[in-house]
Amino acid sequence: MRLLEALGRIVLRLLEELGRFFQMLGATAAWIVRPPYDVPEHFRQMVRVGVDSIPVVFLTTLFTGMVMALQTFNGFARFHAEDFVGSVVALSLTRELAPVLTALMVTGRVGSAMAAELGTMRVTEQIDALTALGTEPVQYLVVPRVAASILMMPLLVMLGDAVGMYGGYLVAVQLLGANPVTYIDNSFQFLEVSDVTSGIVKAAVFGLIFSLVACVRGYYTEGGAEGVGRSTTRAVVAGSLAVLFADFFLTKLLF
Amino acid sequence: MSRRAETPGAAVAVPKIRIEDLRKSFGGKVVLDGIDLSVAEGESLVVVGSSGTGKSVLLKHLIGLVRPDSGKVYVDGQDFWALSDAERTVVRRKFGMSFQEGALFDSMSVFDNVAFPLRRSGRPPEEVRRRVRECLDMVHLPHVEQKRPSELSGGMRRRVGFARAIAHQPQILLFDEPNTGLDPIMTDVIDEVILELKERLDPTIVTITHHMESARKIGDRIALLHGGRILYEAPPDEFLDSSDPAVRQFVEGRAEGPLTVEFERESTAMASREA
Repeated sequence: MRLLEALGRIVLRLLEELGRFFQMLGATAAWIVRPPYDVPEHFRQMVRVGVDSIPVVFLTTLFTGMVMALQTFNGFARFHAEDFVGSVVALSLTRELAPVLTALMVTGRVGSAMAAELGTMRVTEQIDALTALGTEPVQYLVVPRVAASILMMPLLVMLGDAVGMYGGYLVAVQLLGANPVTYIDNSFQFLEVSDVTSGIVKAAVFGLIFSLVACVRGYYTEGGAEGVGRSTTRAVVAGSLAVLFADFFLTKLLF
Repeated sequence: MSRRAETPGAAVAVPKIRIEDLRKSFGGKVVLDGIDLSVAEGESLVVVGSSGTGKSVLLKHLIGLVRPDSGKVYVDGQDFWALSDAERTVVRRKFGMSFQEGALFDSMSVFDNVAFPLRRSGRPPEEVRRRVRECLDMVHLPHVEQKRPSELSGGMRRRVGFARAIAHQPQILLFDEPNTGLDPIMTDVIDEVILELKERLDPTIVTITHHMESARKIGDRIALLHGGRILYEAPPDEFLDSSDPAVRQFVEGRAEGPLTVEFERESTAMASREA
């Protein structure tokens, strides 16, 4: 009986959370088109999500590309297919690794900050104050954050694609002595435009998901400083999980 | 855009704010249990009551920050929750609200805080600057424009909150516990500021407090909220002289009396429900 009760409570919480997510999605979509447009705030958020995330994305994808080259080189050498290391690195990065790892890193970096910021504003009544001053909080707070994430994630992933492939090239050519010309040739020979675009579409969807999850968590924060901490943790955990779920279904559905 | 011009003599008969049978529960706990209240234009109503009796919830209903479970809130005769989102935002601009801890935007300077409602309604920068100065002068805080809210004392933060609340020239001012947690001198300063605003701007005011002294000073009428209902309401002198046992207990600040009995019964009931 206890077990059933606990299970029921978890299901209810999950449904509540999902309901809030889609409610916020609807509200964001409705408010994104309505004036006034707060252009400076949009730019501020784009800098925070995009520009400020460049170092993290750079390092993440650089090392991912490098380790991919290392691993595949050793494996492929067993059946003398070292020439294809470049293709494998390019394909796996553009289609999968760059979008997912970028999304996870940005969720940790930016999603947590969004949840903490909105959560603090909630518990100190700043969100109520916005409403009281005749400003719709979803429009003022959520719209710029979500829009910036949808816009900047694809750009970050494009950067990640390039940096990761360069990392792979560095390891294969400089460290393992692959032929630079064949490496580059093979990198692009099997790479199609759709591989890159599929990664970019994924990135935009991930941007929508993690930012919306973070904003929902922050927006509905309860219970003071402790509540803000809880919201921040949940934003990162739920955001990362949602990104991974979505990744599977997007890959299955679209490509 | 003079908002006072839109309501000539006709509005006199209609109360500025009217609440009918307002009910609200949170997670099974009844907070407001059928409140009827009305505030006339230009009147200053003070709602008193012990902590945790739902005073703030009542105040937040007036400006539509909380949606009632049932009952109506009328502002200038308009049923607030029958309006569309956009219309509600317009009605909200009739209000200026000051929050318990000020609720200043801590990422902005004092100037930007007070300027916020003005900029959102698209006033030109010159006018914004002039109006912000004017409002900060009115709350006696002339030299803090560039400071951050975190650099201010509690009393100063409240007053910046007042300045922000009056910036867009609202017709109704709501004060949520304006002097809770302040020292006695600052409490008096805040009361004086509210009185000055009342005289200069002639707004309709609703204040929530548990300071009897403040209530007496700033209220034209005092209402006692307890157990989700208005137990008693009267002008300050009548309120203070009332022989109603609940009012007497609150005015004299005694631990024992009808208010406590009910409170204890409630908390025992709650405890047994939780167990």
